[in-house]
Amino acid sequence: MAKAILVDTSKCIGCRGCQVACKQWHGLQAESTRFEGTYENPPDLSARTWRKVRFIETVGEDGRLRWRFISDACKHCTDASCLAVCPTGALFRRPWGAVDLDQELCNGCRYCVAACPFGVVTFNEETGRVDKCLMCPDRVEAGLAPSCVTTCPTGALSFGDRDQLLSQAKKRVAELQAKGEKGAQLYGERELSGLHQIFVLQERPQVYGQPEQPQFAVASVFPSSVTSVLASVVMGVAALVAFRERGGKGEE
Amino acid sequence: MTNHWIDVKNADAILIMGSNAAENHPIAFKWVLEAKERGAVLLSVDPRFTRTSALADLYAPLRSGTDIVFLGAMINHVLRNNLFQREYVVEYTNASFLLDPAFGFEDGYFTGWDPEKKTYDRATWKYQVDADGTPLQDKTLKDRNTVFQHLRRHFARYTPEMVERICGTPKAEFLKVGHAFAATGRPEKAGTMLYAMGWTQHTKGTQLIRTAAILQLLLGNIGVAGGGIAALRGLSNVQGTTDMGLLWNSLPGYLTLPSAKAHPTLKDYLEKETPKSGYWVNRPKFFVSLLKAWYGEAASKDKDFAFHFVPKVGASFTHMDLFEAMYAGKIKGFIVAGQNPAVSGPNSTLERKALERLEWLVVRDLFETETAAFWKGPGVDPVKVQTEVFLLPSSTHLEREGSYTNSGRWLQWKWKAVDPPGNARSDGWFANQLAQRLKALYAGSTALKDQPILSLTWDYGKDEPDLEKVLAEVNGYTTADGKPVRGFAVLTDDGATACGNWIYSGVLPAEGQNRAKSRKADPPESLGINAGWGFSWPVNRRILYNRASADPKGQPWNKEKAVLWWDPTAELPDGKKGKWVGVDVPDFRPDLAPDAKGGGNPFIMRPDGKGALFGPLAEGPLPEHYEPVESPVKNLLSSVQANPLAVIYKADLDKLGDPKEFPIVGTTYRLTEHLHTGSITRNLPWLVEMMPNLFCEMSKELANEKGIKNGDAVIVRSARGEVRAIAAVTGRFKPFKLGDRVVHEVGIPWHWGFMGLAKGDSANMLTPHVGDANTRIQESKAFLVDVRKA
Repeated sequence: MAKAILVDTSKCIGCRGCQVACKQWHGLQAESTRFEGTYENPPDLSARTWRKVRFIETVGEDGRLRWRFISDACKHCTDASCLAVCPTGALFRRPWGAVDLDQELCNGCRYCVAACPFGVVTFNEETGRVDKCLMCPDRVEAGLAPSCVTTCPTGALSFGDRDQLLSQAKKRVAELQAKGEKGAQLYGERELSGLHQIFVLQERPQVYGQPEQPQFAVASVFPSSVTSVLASVVMGVAALVAFRERGGKGEE
Repeated sequence: MTNHWIDVKNADAILIMGSNAAENHPIAFKWVLEAKERGAVLLSVDPRFTRTSALADLYAPLRSGTDIVFLGAMINHVLRNNLFQREYVVEYTNASFLLDPAFGFEDGYFTGWDPEKKTYDRATWKYQVDADGTPLQDKTLKDRNTVFQHLRRHFARYTPEMVERICGTPKAEFLKVGHAFAATGRPEKAGTMLYAMGWTQHTKGTQLIRTAAILQLLLGNIGVAGGGIAALRGLSNVQGTTDMGLLWNSLPGYLTLPSAKAHPTLKDYLEKETPKSGYWVNRPKFFVSLLKAWYGEAASKDKDFAFHFVPKVGASFTHMDLFEAMYAGKIKGFIVAGQNPAVSGPNSTLERKALERLEWLVVRDLFETETAAFWKGPGVDPVKVQTEVFLLPSSTHLEREGSYTNSGRWLQWKWKAVDPPGNARSDGWFANQLAQRLKALYAGSTALKDQPILSLTWDYGKDEPDLEKVLAEVNGYTTADGKPVRGFAVLTDDGATACGNWIYSGVLPAEGQNRAKSRKADPPESLGINAGWGFSWPVNRRILYNRASADPKGQPWNKEKAVLWWDPTAELPDGKKGKWVGVDVPDFRPDLAPDAKGGGNPFIMRPDGKGALFGPLAEGPLPEHYEPVESPVKNLLSSVQANPLAVIYKADLDKLGDPKEFPIVGTTYRLTEHLHTGSITRNLPWLVEMMPNLFCEMSKELANEKGIKNGDAVIVRSARGEVRAIAAVTGRFKPFKLGDRVVHEVGIPWHWGFMGLAKGDSANMLTPHVGDANTRIQESKAFLVDVRKA
């Protein structure tokens, strides 16, 4: 049975308990940060930050200010580009849906970094390998929820059978719409044949920094074969570009 | 809290004002969201748009320090539009009581103001009474001398237009909030208010909370499920510490600390402090039992139960008074535990300087705090500091057992998870050692001054104290056999019982039965009383004044959320019939029928049993708006600019700012990511990475005016000092349009200091030593600053 995390942004208070719980459970080091004028920090998901809350100030059509919070991490896509381009099999799928990563097998090629339509897979300079949210397989396979979900005080995060969470999410969207929240929508039901981290959003995905129509990166290049040499080369170039962009940003 | 956290889910409207509960009480905030899920409307009133506002149905901005105007206008709105719960108001409050015809109010002053002495003569602040001393009433509320009519006239000046001109809240936004909350005036509806330091840290903080209480009484929201007033405590056991007498002027259980002048003998104390009616008639039982608990054998009846051992106050010893005295060189030594005043105290320049004038300082903490390290702080030459500093390592909350009392008055036992590292010790161990070593030091002394220590009952074990033994003493016991008492109802004033804190009595009613340890939860679909979870003082009652949840005849105003009702058929232990029954412990004599004398007086702690719409405090019996001591504008409601009884300290470092030099309102607050002075959280890398630096939030408009961009370094300056911060330019702060004037406000979190992993200036470098007229809490929520690009 496929599992998933449901992120209900309408219940999120931006406390970032999930962000810290993730670091604590996985022993991820803190990053050196500076306050840059927003509550959001570290600036992005990274090899050391697998989950983070984004803070978004927007003004609605009614002229009213909104402050939106979204707990963001790997979406564990069904059509997972990262998994598809991984030449070593380091990235693999758990039977219950999570896209997991075997560090032993990762050769640091970074194809996945370039392929991820959400920009969540990140190269770890220290280990020479990539890192991302694994959906806490050690916990899940022991019958627990991922640490982020367990920590969430308001029920904004929940974990369970994907089908059940989907119907819960649909009900929630309908409730919010009935309350006048016209922007309420579900994200992740059909995207990339279904995400394993699904969202109840109060605005368009773009407002939360999420692609409106995430693309299976490999499909656009090479419809079926994911192990072809050509694809690897294309992805390799893309990865290099992406990496240099990211590296340059980090040096500022 | 009059109610408790879980009960918030029963509210139909929640007003969060003077609090930022989502950020500062994120765990308990789930009950606010639960209420929302059940259809409650969530209202957020705050100078800036916070994480609480983000979840609210309605948000209204207001300039810091003007809350009485906002709430006063809500009162006016409720009275003018007949939205109050009339039967509740007539029967359960003092609205119908006639006041002395000479009582009045004019241009900012109540009758009795002495402009020379700057005090009030309260002679006219009273009811008209008959020959027996019973207050005269007019239940039609029409007599011009009724409290009700005074209230109408007093708050008639508090109009929505005034709210716009003083608070800067657009009239339409105010009215939306006003309408939504006033809807809870219907008998079957309930509204609650959540507040914290945003209401207290003002020179009129106490009056501000009274304004809230008046509004809640008018709407019939006190005593009912989903109602009440919720003081949200800033730490897990703040409620417990105040219950146990941490406040300088109170003994455990809120018994008044005796004063040297008024109470030379026990007789004076008991006579002056015990009213003729209301539940406090039992005060002598509680007080004498406390003396027995403390002084045991030495507290014999012929020696006035050792009343002479109790310290008597002759002066004020609030936080600011202590530090002023320290600054003046009047205090030799200082033991600091569980706080970090070099960061949390207002006017930190003065308070840090004061520490230099001590002979010795003991700090117990997890890390070397700014208080412990004051001698090497910015601008301090360690060579010139003579204070001897002892830093003792303390255990964390996870390394010790004990009880916590939460905001909702629940005592919950907590077990130790791990041993503390190295020589780190618990608070209990420290207190136990201190007492035992002092006793050893004074052993054999016959000096009178040493007798209170020598006579102190102290038998909790040698090293780590047995905290259940402490709890047993707090609960109380019969002195003859040491057996626990079942509750404070059986305490006596003749020395037959001892009790360390009467309001906690019943927490350990029999040996081995520690009710703080009980963990039986109610089902989620219930009212959430949770009588089987922990112990709630007093007598495990979860909703205070719950007699008021039923109408005068004893039937619940709201049958779906019934707390208590009169059952004429229910049998009493003596075979008689008729008693109060329900889901909570009645806050009332269980057999007192609604139609009996006093059967309709729910506020049993008050001598007249009525909720006090009229209730004397230092600066008057009705709340009135005055501007903060530092304000950029003139008071529009009267010619009295600031609270005439505000406490303003006058040492050389106590400077006040001129609005011409400092035209911007400053306020301070906390963030989810750090706790208080950051003494722990600024040492935790995962929290530091989320909130690494001190910042100053400001509107885009102010930033434009000052040429400041988001992320720029800025200097925020007040008459007391300046801090360097990073600008957070945001649409969440808006300039306040007061008539044709624009007033800006900026906000600064007060978590930073010069120690720890994340260092930064302390916001309290900016705040003044200026205090509330009743409590002397600092006015750190509204003061004057200026801002410039660094």
